[in-house]
Amino acid sequence: MSVIIAEDLTKVYPVAVKEPGFKGTLRHFFKRTYRQVNAVQKISFQIEPGEVVGFLGPNGAGKTTTLKMLTGLIYPSSGKVEVVGHNPFKREPAFLKKITLLMGQKQQLIWDLPALDSLKINAEVYGISDADFQRRVGELTEMLSLEEKLTQPVRKLSLGERMKAEMLAALLHQPKVLFLDEPTLGLDVNAQVKVREFLRTYNAHYGATVLLTSHYMADITALCPRVILIYAGALIYDGSLEGLLDRFAPYREVKIELAQPCVQEKLAAYGEIEAVEGCMVRLLVQREHLTRTVAQILAELEVTDLTITAPPIEEVIGRVFRTGTVT
Amino acid sequence: MNQVFRTAKALVTVYYAYMVEYRAELFLWALSGSLPFILMGVWMEAAQGRQFGLGPLDFARYFLAAFITRQFTIVWVIWDFEKEVLSGQLSNRLLQPIDPVWRHLAGHFAERFARLPFAAALVGFFFILYPQSFWIPNLPTAILFLFVVALAFILRFLIQYTLAMLAFWTERASALEEFWFLFYLFLSGLIAPLEVFPPEVRTFALWTPFPYLVHFPASLLSGLPVNVGQGILVMLGWCLLFFGLNRWLWRKGLKEYSGMGA
Repeated sequence: MSVIIAEDLTKVYPVAVKEPGFKGTLRHFFKRTYRQVNAVQKISFQIEPGEVVGFLGPNGAGKTTTLKMLTGLIYPSSGKVEVVGHNPFKREPAFLKKITLLMGQKQQLIWDLPALDSLKINAEVYGISDADFQRRVGELTEMLSLEEKLTQPVRKLSLGERMKAEMLAALLHQPKVLFLDEPTLGLDVNAQVKVREFLRTYNAHYGATVLLTSHYMADITALCPRVILIYAGALIYDGSLEGLLDRFAPYREVKIELAQPCVQEKLAAYGEIEAVEGCMVRLLVQREHLTRTVAQILAELEVTDLTITAPPIEEVIGRVFRTGTVT
Repeated sequence: MNQVFRTAKALVTVYYAYMVEYRAELFLWALSGSLPFILMGVWMEAAQGRQFGLGPLDFARYFLAAFITRQFTIVWVIWDFEKEVLSGQLSNRLLQPIDPVWRHLAGHFAERFARLPFAAALVGFFFILYPQSFWIPNLPTAILFLFVVALAFILRFLIQYTLAMLAFWTERASALEEFWFLFYLFLSGLIAPLEVFPPEVRTFALWTPFPYLVHFPASLLSGLPVNVGQGILVMLGWCLLFFGLNRWLWRKGLKEYSGMGA
């Protein structure tokens, strides 16, 4: 049975519109006008237990709004949503004990006190016994390399340490479903790697289901075999990461080093020219023609070196977002 | 029940630690509630020349009792709640299996304990300045005062938390509190005891919640005549009304919440 079910999930917000200038301000004061923004439009998907799914989209695509509907924070305008068998908006304690939402830009820890104080509140709120509390904090502290940091005021922690402490607070009750909104936001490369490793271990250890949004493609490639793409509130792709690359990157980059320079007209016959710098040439070649084209190049040109690479995932997804279509 | 007690204990302990983190601020907050002392001087002076039904000593004790009452009933939940709604911080609170109001209540409750030494020092200082006004209420009066002042705090909290619910619809719910404060200032007995008001205004005021927030507990403590039974019943009535309104607005408001700022 699916852990997360979204059917035709829609959220429409009224947003006040104000013209610039003094006249606009006066008009806005006396007669406020609103326009309806379709933040999320009829998106449907299902996620199975233990899956780790990347939820991708450009800024303002509706990712966070969807996560908020899935966690019961905001009320959907229409559609159906079910998470671990609950209607999230009812916010039943049994449901809240099974999920967590970690938001990169939001903190739950009390700023002026050590994280341990906030954790103690969480322990009581979630009904965790003293023995379990000690054990879980010990385990998570070790997994997150947070030794000795929990007794310092949160405001004295570095951004990375704070994020990890937030993660610990969000996972103390051992949720079965993790909604992670930009969990590595603002972290340095090393901290990002550690957080990814931690999430992978947590998923393997507890069989947790994870829905993750991130602008760092490294998070997605490291953790998510499946991705869901959302653009302007609409779902445009739901499938494997490999499938996404196959579908949206039907070309390969061929880098050639020639013994002597060659005219561009001749090179254009092999594929789309990306760059020519002296003897160095970069071509984009359709994947179905790759073998034939490479054989042709080797036969017809004097080649000293040749490499074939797939385009970077950032570029592929960026291209999808720029066009906003799956075709 | 045991779990409820453990949660309450954890909340109060942690929020007490939070409150005492900034001691100087606490002292200033306690000091900022000294408006009754200023008004006391004015009314004591006025009482020398005119008949208000209360003598200078009555005024001194009334305003001291008003100061003590205010120390127990200060509420700021609307500013915290409004900030949480507007910044989206409420989201983190909503994700936990406990109503966010308990954190606010624990914060207010813990603050009372943190503030107590400063308030007690100010009361001691007052008796040094006006030794003739010194009095110790008898035990039943003191116990009744504590009960009534706790009820006054609950009523004040419920009223302000209900106004705070409007933050789901308007971005400046605290402006309503500022407006409300005008009536509170005038009708609660903070500026003048109700005894000096014209009888019609006094009768009207006694049906509103305002006098029960300052005048009623302060009069009780300072030994002025009050109708205890009627006072407590009116307070309970207002508490029930605002509680119902609060829960209704909470349920409606959550449907409006957009978790802004994220």
